[in-house]
Amino acid sequence: MAVVFEKPHALTDAPFHYCPGCTHGIVHRLVAEVLDELGVEGNAVGVASVGCSVFSYNYFNCDMVQAPHGRAQAVATGIKRAKPQDVVFTYQGDGDLAAIGTCETVHAATRGENITVIFINNAIYGMTGGQMAPTSLPGQITQTTPYGRDVAQAGYPIRMCEMLSTLDGVALAQRCTVDNVKHVNETKKAIKKAFQNQLDGKGYSIVEVVSTCPTNWGLSPADAIKWMQDNMLPYYPLGVYKDTAKSCAPTAEGGAEA
Amino acid sequence: MAEKVLMKGNEALGEAALRAGCRHFFGYPITPQTELSAYLSKNMPKVGGTFLQAESEVAAINMVLGAGATGVRAMTSSSSPGISLKSEGISYLAGSDVPCVIINVQRGGPGLGSIQPSQADYWQATKATGHGDFQLLVFAPSTVQEMADYVSIAFDTAEKYRVPAMILSDGMMGQMMEPVCFPDNAEVKMVEKPWAACGHENKRPHNIVNSLFIEAQELEKIVVERYKRYETIKANEQRAESYLTEDADIVLVAYGASSRVARSAVDAAREMGIKAGLVRPITLWPFPVNALEATVATAKQYLVVEMSMGQMVEDVQLVIGRRKPVSFYGRTGGIIPTPEEVLEQIKKLAGKEA
Repeated sequence: MAVVFEKPHALTDAPFHYCPGCTHGIVHRLVAEVLDELGVEGNAVGVASVGCSVFSYNYFNCDMVQAPHGRAQAVATGIKRAKPQDVVFTYQGDGDLAAIGTCETVHAATRGENITVIFINNAIYGMTGGQMAPTSLPGQITQTTPYGRDVAQAGYPIRMCEMLSTLDGVALAQRCTVDNVKHVNETKKAIKKAFQNQLDGKGYSIVEVVSTCPTNWGLSPADAIKWMQDNMLPYYPLGVYKDTAKSCAPTAEGGAEA
Repeated sequence: MAEKVLMKGNEALGEAALRAGCRHFFGYPITPQTELSAYLSKNMPKVGGTFLQAESEVAAINMVLGAGATGVRAMTSSSSPGISLKSEGISYLAGSDVPCVIINVQRGGPGLGSIQPSQADYWQATKATGHGDFQLLVFAPSTVQEMADYVSIAFDTAEKYRVPAMILSDGMMGQMMEPVCFPDNAEVKMVEKPWAACGHENKRPHNIVNSLFIEAQELEKIVVERYKRYETIKANEQRAESYLTEDADIVLVAYGASSRVARSAVDAAREMGIKAGLVRPITLWPFPVNALEATVATAKQYLVVEMSMGQMVEDVQLVIGRRKPVSFYGRTGGIIPTPEEVLEQIKKLAGKEA
């Protein structure tokens, strides 16, 4: 029988535990496709972070290290400094990267640590059952903001790509999403660039993927995509916030690479 | 034999790390371990290694986790408050079976405490360096020479059992200068690490360095297996020095800086005709039960001397039980007891006995 579609080699055969409609599956596949296409699975080391994606160590076929909550980029720093020839990436959610791990994120970025960071922003803590995330939107109802996120009390959501783009050590800061084929293709291109930057020794690259959490948002997969488009994308505009390969001002939808 | 050099204890730790084949050091500034970081920042680049000043103790220990997970010899150093911050990462290192060396140049506590020498982190080092069921190998040098010697022993032992190791020093040991001798061309015994996450090169299934086992039965099995290794360590790796204990009526027990004071007090007591001796634990975990046990038949009583309110004394009491009286003398907050103070205690105990 002719093979017309295969899973990437860089994904194991383990079935994903992710909920229906969760975008982790798409992004896992994109990362794995890039590892395959660049031929780097054999010298890649991934860092799994605490959150829904912690089990990514079972899904990626490359060597994996599981980090404490928020510390993925410090762990990745240790790996990269010990094995500079390895291709080192982290895969982190918003709570991990932008709340408990903000310090490690900012300093890995400003050191220009030559690593690739995949950042899943779905505005909620998924694994623990839907608490307010650092990226939860104003007014967003979560388990710990049952009356909606009151910015006077809980503060404002944090925009990581914008913040990190001010740092000299950052080679690439790009925000993408995977709500349609065009955007999936753009996200893959961004992820590939983020890995290629590491191979080229350009420094820190982060690809933020604005994502969904149908389960904890209490929406169907289709409605979750719509909610993300209507509510998250206005607050988190897609685009290339920094790319040292070109001079770029922050751009709207699709960015300079679209 | 190699030439003797005069060095601070902290510098000796740094030089010993380089000679032990450690090429990856991650730290964060804190007194009184400063000279160690300074030494390695200067000398690590000369051997092509990595000295990285992290943004926090938390980051530094996690860099050790990452580097250690790839199989290299990684080290970090700090002092008491910094070790508290590292405790999260230390638990993960232990839970992931990643060997490494952690230096604690202890200072007074709790809180910000003081920057003077202390031994108030004994419990932290031996009982509760982080959450969960685990132990660290803990070495307690008492001379600058031992500071140098125990770095490679700590790496070797940590790698042999896949257990993180701590060198529990203090501000006095770190800052004082003594002659130290490094062996010429000492061989570094690097063991195979088939478990390391360093890239599988398409030659083996992927390695996962991990402390998460979501099935309770699986986690229990892994912890129980680790405790079997701990039992082997307890059987094979106890170290202690016994000084004038054969005929001693009063056996002092002290480690590190306070053991130097205790030894002086033992000598002074002997000059006065009091039969005193000293058991000096070199490994605090595993606790040198055998060395203490060897004294129980002949000793009449014990005096534990620490620079704390009394922490190791509980381990001594556990070994001795009700067989012989165990007393304690300690100073804390960064105070080093004088030999005279300790001698007074010995004299009191000798008087009671008479």
